[in-house]
Amino acid sequence: MAIPRFWREIPSRYNLIGTKCGSCGKVDFPPRAICPVCGRKSLGKMERFRLGGVGKVVTYTVIHEAPAQFEMQKPYVVAIVEMDEGVRITSQIIDADPSEVKIGMRVQTTFRKLGEEGEAGIIHYGYKFRPVS
Amino acid sequence: MRDVAVIGVGETAFGELWDRSFRDLGIEAGLRAIQDAKVTADEIDALYVGNMSAGKFVDQEHVSALVADYSGLADQHLPTVRVEGGGACGAIALLQARLAIASGMHDIVVVGGAEKMTDVGDVQAAQILAGTADQEWETVFGATFAGLYAMMARRHMYEFGTTREQLAAVAVKNHRNGALNPNAQFQREITLETVLQAPWVAEPLGLFDCAPLSDGAVALVLCGMDRARKYTDRPVRIAGSGQASDFVALHDRRDLTTMDATVIAGKRAMQEASFEPKDIQVAEVHDNFTITEILAIEDLRFVPKGKGGPATEEGFTALNGKITVNPSGGLKARGQPVGATGVAQAVEIVRQLRGEAGKRQVTGAERGLTHTLGGTGATAVVHLFERGD
Amino acid sequence: MKSGIVSYGAYVPRYRIRPKDIGAVWGADGEAMGRGLNIRSKSVPGPDEDVITISVEAARSCMAKVDVEPTDVGAIYVGSESHPYAVKPTATIVAEAIGAAPVMTAADYEFACKAGTAAIQTCMGLTLSGMCKYGMAIGSDTSQGAPGDALEYSASAGGAAFLVGTDGVIATLDHTVSYTTDTPDFWRREGQRYPSHGGRFTGEPAYFRHVVGCAQLLFKRTGTTAEDYDYAVFHQPNGKFPVRAGKQLGFKEAQMDTGLLVRDIGNTYSGAILVGLCAILDEAEPGDRIFAVGYGSGAGSDAFDLTVTDGIQKLRRDGRSMKAMIEDAKFIDYATYAKYRGKILLREGSA
Repeated sequence: MAIPRFWREIPSRYNLIGTKCGSCGKVDFPPRAICPVCGRKSLGKMERFRLGGVGKVVTYTVIHEAPAQFEMQKPYVVAIVEMDEGVRITSQIIDADPSEVKIGMRVQTTFRKLGEEGEAGIIHYGYKFRPVS
Repeated sequence: MRDVAVIGVGETAFGELWDRSFRDLGIEAGLRAIQDAKVTADEIDALYVGNMSAGKFVDQEHVSALVADYSGLADQHLPTVRVEGGGACGAIALLQARLAIASGMHDIVVVGGAEKMTDVGDVQAAQILAGTADQEWETVFGATFAGLYAMMARRHMYEFGTTREQLAAVAVKNHRNGALNPNAQFQREITLETVLQAPWVAEPLGLFDCAPLSDGAVALVLCGMDRARKYTDRPVRIAGSGQASDFVALHDRRDLTTMDATVIAGKRAMQEASFEPKDIQVAEVHDNFTITEILAIEDLRFVPKGKGGPATEEGFTALNGKITVNPSGGLKARGQPVGATGVAQAVEIVRQLRGEAGKRQVTGAERGLTHTLGGTGATAVVHLFERGD
Repeated sequence: MKSGIVSYGAYVPRYRIRPKDIGAVWGADGEAMGRGLNIRSKSVPGPDEDVITISVEAARSCMAKVDVEPTDVGAIYVGSESHPYAVKPTATIVAEAIGAAPVMTAADYEFACKAGTAAIQTCMGLTLSGMCKYGMAIGSDTSQGAPGDALEYSASAGGAAFLVGTDGVIATLDHTVSYTTDTPDFWRREGQRYPSHGGRFTGEPAYFRHVVGCAQLLFKRTGTTAEDYDYAVFHQPNGKFPVRAGKQLGFKEAQMDTGLLVRDIGNTYSGAILVGLCAILDEAEPGDRIFAVGYGSGAGSDAFDLTVTDGIQKLRRDGRSMKAMIEDAKFIDYATYAKYRGKILLREGSA
């Protein structure tokens, strides 16, 4: 992935920075310029908002056929997690055997490597989920 | 709005077509459609081409002009349009072409769909396909295209008790139909066991729950209904069209087990045509994965929400069942050269309504439906067809 | 005025491998090796972990225990000998990940296993001088031993972060003393995958000379002996050296037990003495005195004496303790270990 493209999203990828609509209170992740509920009423009212990092698994899959950069991890779990703030996000679940993953399970974000541009390239970091201890 | 009809169709076989290039495929389908329609080059007003990713598969952009060029139409200086919309691009191209004629701007338009997917390796092809998912917030975290559909399947199983056997029934049915289709990529029946024991791709989807990578092209010729009988005595009228979009990332959708875009596109098309689901005898729906067909038949209201699995298992959607779904073999058995899909589905419906579908003919087919998706459901297009004779 | 530890946090990956599984591949008696080193298992980082992820987890765990504004952390130093980048500091990524950036200073340190303690000393200076309100010192590593080498049984992964300041201190850093020489006992040239070492030369002229020598300097500086301390923790390349050094200095095994984590997680290099200190701080009471001597090859020792304050009772203990992290163990075989540690030659283009 091109350097500026990844670098731009660091606040969201490292620190779960999203937005909260000043008009209706809906939390979005990643940040949005316009609230999908309020539309133009929300212009200029979208506030920076940091997610707490805890949520529950809504659905998941175990990926066996993976792109090259995920070869080392397969099979690995990808899930859609509904954060306590209501917004849903997609990432891997790590530190758990695939057979331990259940819909409804509580998970929290951790900081992990997402990939790298080969041995000589930039390393990308971001959030993955682990079961709440 | 002016009525529009299909007056000619043409297709290549679908499969791993090593000796055919992207250009070869586009031309072959186009020429067959033009011959079937019995139009001459100077009668064609425009060309619309559905193609998802020639830029990534064969490094070629600007493909609409290229297809016109290699079809020998360069000196006609036609307006050409390439349409992209993930897997729905062919169906969107068809809709755009219909609008061009309905508006009165054009009278005869050729609509093609083509994709050449096997020049790159499997892993790369899968990654290109995944380009229609959210690159910043889904794929970068390791979600694959199959993985996203697998998550919909998992949730559907959780909410409605859908089983792996019911998912597999979709593949078995579509292969049975594909075996009757001389242009299908796979013309061999498969058993439920084969599907259930196949290696995992993304649980709960295995190898046989997934449509293949394919090369292929299709084309059809559209004409204002007022002139269609000059060319054919079996025009097929486009009775209604609907298109809808939705949040791109699966995690942003309202409901993981309903594709709102399908629901709304279906309602829009049916409202225009004044059809009810029960009026339709044959449908070609997007079955890039087995779960996708189950969601489609629910979201198009052929069966109630949650009942797609049992309905398939019971043969509701089998060839000449209550409603025949994917008589061509679907994306699963007929193949899915992505850009061609929407147009290929239309070509199958046209053949069904003309009574030309050979061994896979649906008896008494008067009204048909095509359903095509982009990405994981961020775009859906539904077209309804009716015999015009 | 004294500076001290305001908060601390650690992270150890959950994968473990046993000496016998390493020995089996290289035709050695792994169990005997383990007994000889007093190591039962060592930690292994997962394929998506590295010094940067470990440092971030440790730093976040540290910040989560206290109510300190991240923007008041004026400096972050990360010491390691396995930084993912040779050029581009781990410290800047940690800074962004805890919200301390951008008005602050940062740098990475290298001094074999004592890069983390060197970072603590720097933060002491910065906070005592008033240049920064708080400084964060991190030591973390995912060091490797060459396949089949003795170091393969002990080189492991883990790290800890210490928030240093003069306000809200939970353990004062009463004194620090260092002893530094040019002693080439263990090294790695730029571009080399694995380190090299001088075999038995790493013992007496290196580890013991510096650790014991520095410890004696600290006794002198503070006017104390081993009996004055409740806890002692030494750099732990294996489970034998620190115990021998400690006994030489008059410490009892009971004093050293809590901090001797190498037995279960191996030698976390720049993190070693720091994770040991975290284990001690997890159970220490106000008034307890701690004697800590780190060691880095090349060579040098940094020694500290700390006194735990009442402040330790105000720490939020929501996250996992050192004990819980050590017990959260998933054992793997050598093949998986080799895969995770990049010891298998992959095709170009694979991660």
